[in-house]
Amino acid sequence: MGDIFTNLGLGFGVVFQFVQWTPAFLGGISIPIPVNILLCLIGALVGTLVGVLPGIGTIATVAMLLPITFGLPPVGALIMLAGIYYGAQYGGSTTSILVNIPGEAGSVVTALDGFQMAKRGRAGPALAIAAIGSFFAGCVATVLIALLGAPLTRIALAFGPAEYFSLMVLGLIFAVVLAKGSVLKAIAMIVLGLLLSMVGSDIETGASRMAFNIPELADGLGFATLAMGLFGFAEIIRNLDAGGETDRKLVQEKVSGLMPTRRDLKETTPAILRGTVLGSILGILPGGGAVIASFAAYTLEKKVAKDPSKFGHGEIRGVAAPESANNAAAQTSFIPLLTLGIPPNAVMALMVGAMTIHGIVPGPQVMQKQPDLVWGMIASMWVGNLMLLIINLPLVGIWVRLLRVPYRLMFPSIVVFCCIGIYSVNNAPTDVMIAGAFGLVGYWLIKHDFEPAPLLLGMVLGPLMEENLRRALLISRGDWSVFLTRPLSAVLMAIAAALLILAVLPSLRKKRDEVFVESEN
Amino acid sequence: MNWYGRSLASGFLAVLAGLGFSSQVQAQTYPTRNITMIVPFAAGGPTDVIARIVTGHMAQTLGQTIIIENVVGAGGTTATTRAARAANDGYTLITGHMGTHAASVPLYPKLAYHPQKDFEPVGLLAGTPILILARKDFAPKDLKEFIAYVKANESKVNAAHAGVGSVSNVSCELLNSVLGVKPIGVPFNGTGPAMNALVAGQVDYMCDQIVNAVPQINGGTIKAYAVATPERNPSLPNVPTTAEAGLPAFQAQAWNAIFAPKGTPPDVVAKLNRAIVKALDDENVRKRLLELGSVIPPAADRTPAALGTLVKSEIAKWTPVVKPVN
Repeated sequence: MGDIFTNLGLGFGVVFQFVQWTPAFLGGISIPIPVNILLCLIGALVGTLVGVLPGIGTIATVAMLLPITFGLPPVGALIMLAGIYYGAQYGGSTTSILVNIPGEAGSVVTALDGFQMAKRGRAGPALAIAAIGSFFAGCVATVLIALLGAPLTRIALAFGPAEYFSLMVLGLIFAVVLAKGSVLKAIAMIVLGLLLSMVGSDIETGASRMAFNIPELADGLGFATLAMGLFGFAEIIRNLDAGGETDRKLVQEKVSGLMPTRRDLKETTPAILRGTVLGSILGILPGGGAVIASFAAYTLEKKVAKDPSKFGHGEIRGVAAPESANNAAAQTSFIPLLTLGIPPNAVMALMVGAMTIHGIVPGPQVMQKQPDLVWGMIASMWVGNLMLLIINLPLVGIWVRLLRVPYRLMFPSIVVFCCIGIYSVNNAPTDVMIAGAFGLVGYWLIKHDFEPAPLLLGMVLGPLMEENLRRALLISRGDWSVFLTRPLSAVLMAIAAALLILAVLPSLRKKRDEVFVESEN
Repeated sequence: MNWYGRSLASGFLAVLAGLGFSSQVQAQTYPTRNITMIVPFAAGGPTDVIARIVTGHMAQTLGQTIIIENVVGAGGTTATTRAARAANDGYTLITGHMGTHAASVPLYPKLAYHPQKDFEPVGLLAGTPILILARKDFAPKDLKEFIAYVKANESKVNAAHAGVGSVSNVSCELLNSVLGVKPIGVPFNGTGPAMNALVAGQVDYMCDQIVNAVPQINGGTIKAYAVATPERNPSLPNVPTTAEAGLPAFQAQAWNAIFAPKGTPPDVVAKLNRAIVKALDDENVRKRLLELGSVIPPAADRTPAALGTLVKSEIAKWTPVVKPVN
């Protein structure tokens, strides 16, 4: 325990380091500057501003801004990158809530209830609760990393291909529960998402699949591209047809209070707590754990709620829980990097890249060899979350005011920003065309009461599921029983089976309608 | 002339240069504006880091900024195709490597470019040695035992790699063909996840670039049997070379080099090459490259002609080893 305090002390010492600045115009008077705090603040601010552009998710934001940190000293660069990462993530939630455009998998869930809240004039409370929930989750996860980082690493290593496959199966079941309309339509959307995820190259042979010799499709359809089309563009088309106009006017007239009410806070407290716990655990798993954190949290809230029918219609807990889970997972996903030196996901791989540029290649001894770096980063996580709260709570008012901009002015700018965002991720014009095409598909889907959220989740889980299935079967030489003989995998499969039975056999449970409020239209 | 007129004139000149009108004149004055360096992999990867270290110094020599543009996708071939089609005026260059400019030829039969026909070799930057790695509790203790074990248990062992066409994939294919075995190859998405599986003991062995592996080997989470270069590497002095350990036929290095689109004027290529050579002789550049475990080419291997020869021999080396993807 004493060690923890010494270490955290070291970390905060690094973060709160003052550098004497002696500008010539002051005539030799030196001012102490908290350089690392400033870098964290700038990172979080720039990250939020870039991340808020529709279509630019965390990976793209970190990749784009990575080069600006190359000129800084290593610790400062990593602290700034951490700030950029949290900022980008929060920026993504902002667009999900305000304009229904999720930039990455996690924010798809936030968009479900967040955008509905915005439509009901409650964008302010939605944005504020996202910031508050994220801050709380961030604090808990920071302490967790400091206390249990090393032992938790074992969980990350216990997950092999078979366990991941089972976890992804569980994830797909969550995707069904997410749906607020017909179960059959939700399953159809998931399957379509899985099919779309197969476009690209076969992981084992490298053979091109459903790419029609279009080089841009060789690596598959981009998540942001599809999300932009199905959510962003489709929503715009829907708003522009006759029914949408009045809907829009309502939004602008109804804007009420910017901050959550006392009742909101009371309602969301347990949701934030549950989301934080779920997110912290799932975030540790490299390669996909963090992806399902937010919708696992949403599913759990829907399951424990007394009146699940409110979900999908602007329920504040449906924003608070996934946002907390998302941020907790973002934090704990640093664990494999800090303890093993192995990047668990694309964003962390970029972080390792930043370290490599500075001549530090992290490994299992990074904690002993670079304690100032590791503990400085852990301390900067907490500071980064604080910065987000400081930056974003005052910004809530400005974002909400944006909603009052007349729609005829707003939609062309959304379209332009979406196109810039999509283009800048890969510098590929084809991506913009694909997003446009999926905008039309998305409009058709909305008109026929198909929801795009399960499709996107199928699309995210598809490759993870397929790759891990094939890895597991390659290692077991085609023996399917590995999924049941490995204990962790068996437990996950059992949970998935139980959830499926609850969902598919309504006679087993009277209250089934509360889970899937079927065919309410 | 006021500033407006000047900037108009220089803009007009830039357009002319872009159209290739002035390729004769420009060679003496090259470079007059920023140079774009395409890196076909993500920022922070081994190739990107080497490109940034060397171009950082080259920019000082050339007196112009070199902008790094990371274009990822399809094992680096998307970016390489783009570079092949760029204007051949010396303002668009690419840092290619063993994969994009050699192994891609047998790997993708429908490749939209050819490393020899569509590019002018400019100069070799640095090589990253390949290591034979195994999980820490894998039975064989040294390379000899490893060879015997893999041959005896061909149907039981699993070799991890970072995805079809990756350096770890094609170099492991070379190792397997030298050994005459065909173990099961388990594909991962990148070296990070593959390394994770090796550390966790889910797979038996893999071949990987030295950069990623040194801290893991020093931390005792995995073990290294040999380094596939003629000399031992200073960052891993206790790891024998493949020749020392009894497998001289397995030699592999992920080399990185700068290429220009075909038809780039020879004096522009020469000027760029001189800047590379100067960078590779710089104390600070050498120190940073060696920290990464890279091998800096000797003077004789740094000419454009030597790079051309290397590309030719590498294509010949990988063609019988690498299977086409479809």
